[in-house]
Amino acid sequence: MAKPKIATASLAGCFGCHMSLLDIDDRILKLVELVDFDKSPVDDIKKFTGRITVGLIEGGCCNEENVHNLQYFRENCDILVSLGECAIMGGIPAMRNTIPLKECLDEAYLNGPTVYNPSGKIPGDKDLPLILDKVYPCHEVVKMDYHLPGCPPSADLIWQALVALLENKPMDLPYEVIKYD
Amino acid sequence: MAENFEKAIREICEQNANDHTRMMDIVREVQQRFGQVSSEAMDVIADAVNSHRVEVESVVSFYSFLSEKQKGKFVIRLCNDVIDKMQGVDKVAQAFQEELGINFGESTADGKFTLEWTPCIGMCDQAPAALVNDKMITRLSSDSAREIVKTLLENEDENRLTHMIGDGNNANPLVNSMVNNNIREEGPVIFAELEAGKAIHKALAMSAVEVIRDVKTARLRGRGGAGFPTGMKWEFTRGADGDEKVVICNADEGEPGTFKDRVVLTEKPDLMFEGMTIAGYAIGAQTGVVYLRGEYAYLRSYLENILAERRNANLLGNNILGKEGFNFDIRIQMGAGAYICGEETALISSCEGLRGDPKNRPPFPAQKGYLTLPTSVNNVETFCCVAQIVDKGAGWFAEMGSKGSSGTKLLSISGDCIRPGVYELPFGIVISDMLEKAGAVDAYAVQIGGPSGQLIGKADFNRTICYDDVATGGAVMIFNKDRNPLEIAHEFMEFFCEESCGYCTPCRAGNELIKERLEVIMRGEGTPEDLTYLEQLGNTVAVSSRCGLGQTSPNPVLTSLKNFRGEYEKLVKENKDGMQRTFDIHKALATGEELQGRKSVIYAD
Repeated sequence: MAKPKIATASLAGCFGCHMSLLDIDDRILKLVELVDFDKSPVDDIKKFTGRITVGLIEGGCCNEENVHNLQYFRENCDILVSLGECAIMGGIPAMRNTIPLKECLDEAYLNGPTVYNPSGKIPGDKDLPLILDKVYPCHEVVKMDYHLPGCPPSADLIWQALVALLENKPMDLPYEVIKYD
Repeated sequence: MAENFEKAIREICEQNANDHTRMMDIVREVQQRFGQVSSEAMDVIADAVNSHRVEVESVVSFYSFLSEKQKGKFVIRLCNDVIDKMQGVDKVAQAFQEELGINFGESTADGKFTLEWTPCIGMCDQAPAALVNDKMITRLSSDSAREIVKTLLENEDENRLTHMIGDGNNANPLVNSMVNNNIREEGPVIFAELEAGKAIHKALAMSAVEVIRDVKTARLRGRGGAGFPTGMKWEFTRGADGDEKVVICNADEGEPGTFKDRVVLTEKPDLMFEGMTIAGYAIGAQTGVVYLRGEYAYLRSYLENILAERRNANLLGNNILGKEGFNFDIRIQMGAGAYICGEETALISSCEGLRGDPKNRPPFPAQKGYLTLPTSVNNVETFCCVAQIVDKGAGWFAEMGSKGSSGTKLLSISGDCIRPGVYELPFGIVISDMLEKAGAVDAYAVQIGGPSGQLIGKADFNRTICYDDVATGGAVMIFNKDRNPLEIAHEFMEFFCEESCGYCTPCRAGNELIKERLEVIMRGEGTPEDLTYLEQLGNTVAVSSRCGLGQTSPNPVLTSLKNFRGEYEKLVKENKDGMQRTFDIHKALATGEELQGRKSVIYAD
């Protein structure tokens, strides 16, 4: 029987959650025995090669490419998991949600003290994804099945959750792995 | 100028003995005199009463009738509860806006008018209604709204607004109000005659313990809605440590759709004061406080006058009716527009000159209440019952009503019915009989007990009004087939979001989340899981909130989900592809497209 596939994506995040995934240390060898890695920044596979059992999403949606990617994941994954604060609530990128978009872009590209921009225009090249009016947490864009909290979620939390999902067992998340203060 | 201002503020503080526990009276007076409690005024008050500026500010910012910002000379507060909306308050609102040239929440440039929304002001049987300063204006139309503005511009006197005078004591010169009582059915308890002083006389012939025993034998339960046995509450208070005790009458009826206490205060104040005095005797209290909601300020001088008459007749004061050592007096504490103050511990906070924050229990008010003294807080109607029980006997009272709920209940009936008004009906009355009396021929949904009660449908019309079946503090709102249960529930959630004191998270954030999800469903973007979500969140808020507000605020959603599930299910759709229908990529991209100067390629239309 073929191994189940997992896929990961980092949307508007800092890759910290992916780093945390790598923090599972030697258990990664066991993980490779358990699953095949499909589309993911870890192996740089761009397109899904088949149906995915578990998709891990880091980061919320700040631009159209994030949304597109997230929807692509939803179409192809049986279980979709918000991994970490930004995916769950928007996190640091969502701090701009209290400021109108125009103000943000003006500051970044026109008025900021260190800006050098002779064109006087906000970048609009077609290779740049268009920005959204605000940062959306993943579950506001597609249905998310699980949320793993943390900034980042600890390696132990990711490991235990993944194993439970893949083996279809109830999750045993002791207080220590979801406590962050 | 500045000196005069400071002097005036200090005078107000002095009139209240520079007592910080009288903060409500001080800031109310300042507000009335100057149209605001300015930053400077707060500093002066804090200094005068030896308190902190932040204490004063916390009070001013809490109550909706107080403001740091300058209000107009005439503050028009238009009631926007669900019944007023059904009766066409929107047109009235539009007329006010057009005439004044301002929106709600704004003041005119000349400083004459402020226009505001306010939750239920207790006039659902004569809606739409508004308060102009303390003046109650009922049965508004767009024409009368325009007339009001015109009259105020010409005469600068809100007293000129009352043309028609209401019935009963509303015509009393001290009330002089256009409010109508609309008493539709008089029962044997509240509306029965009782000569002032007769019941006190009988009570004084008994020992205090015997009075409490009678109240217990009568099986009297609190009329405010919770139904706690009154005799037991009194016994606890009497037995609590300390010589000084307090009786408080909760006349802060803010539950939307309730107006029965307003009618009692207008027509039967003597009966209520009689009951309070008996409570004072039974508990061993010296102090009585009536907490009167700010909206009913128009009744204040009338009630003060009755208190003065009772003092003259030795029904209040020292050695009442010759009973050596029985000293009891009553003062009126005005509220300032906060629904939460109907909750007894919040009410006590407010009486103490604080924000209307609920307190932690235990200690219960019966142990440590007003100014840490053992305190019994009872409803207006409860005190009226007490006076009649003492006069006519516990057996007489206990025979009326149903098994677990003796006596009668005042009901405030409003909405889609021919005869809205106040009904005194025996407990145990079948809801369909009640609806028939009110002339509600095509009732589809009935909200019993106000927003914190339950919304029931036809299937429950054969149930009875009593503590063991459908309990109520007295509000009955009737809706016909043209009304949407989800919209009704949404109205109530808006109300709770506004009135939550914000102290505990389940109530402050939970109610907002319930409202948001309800809106998603109403827009037709909901999924069946949203219904489960509402049920789970509603139960969480109810279980984990600190006081009665949050413990009951999910009820409109929970009970409409239970009794009108079909209406919800009609609107939700299974989300098969997992894409949220609440997310609109084109809307989310519109600003970016404009600023970045190109159209989306990925999401071209």
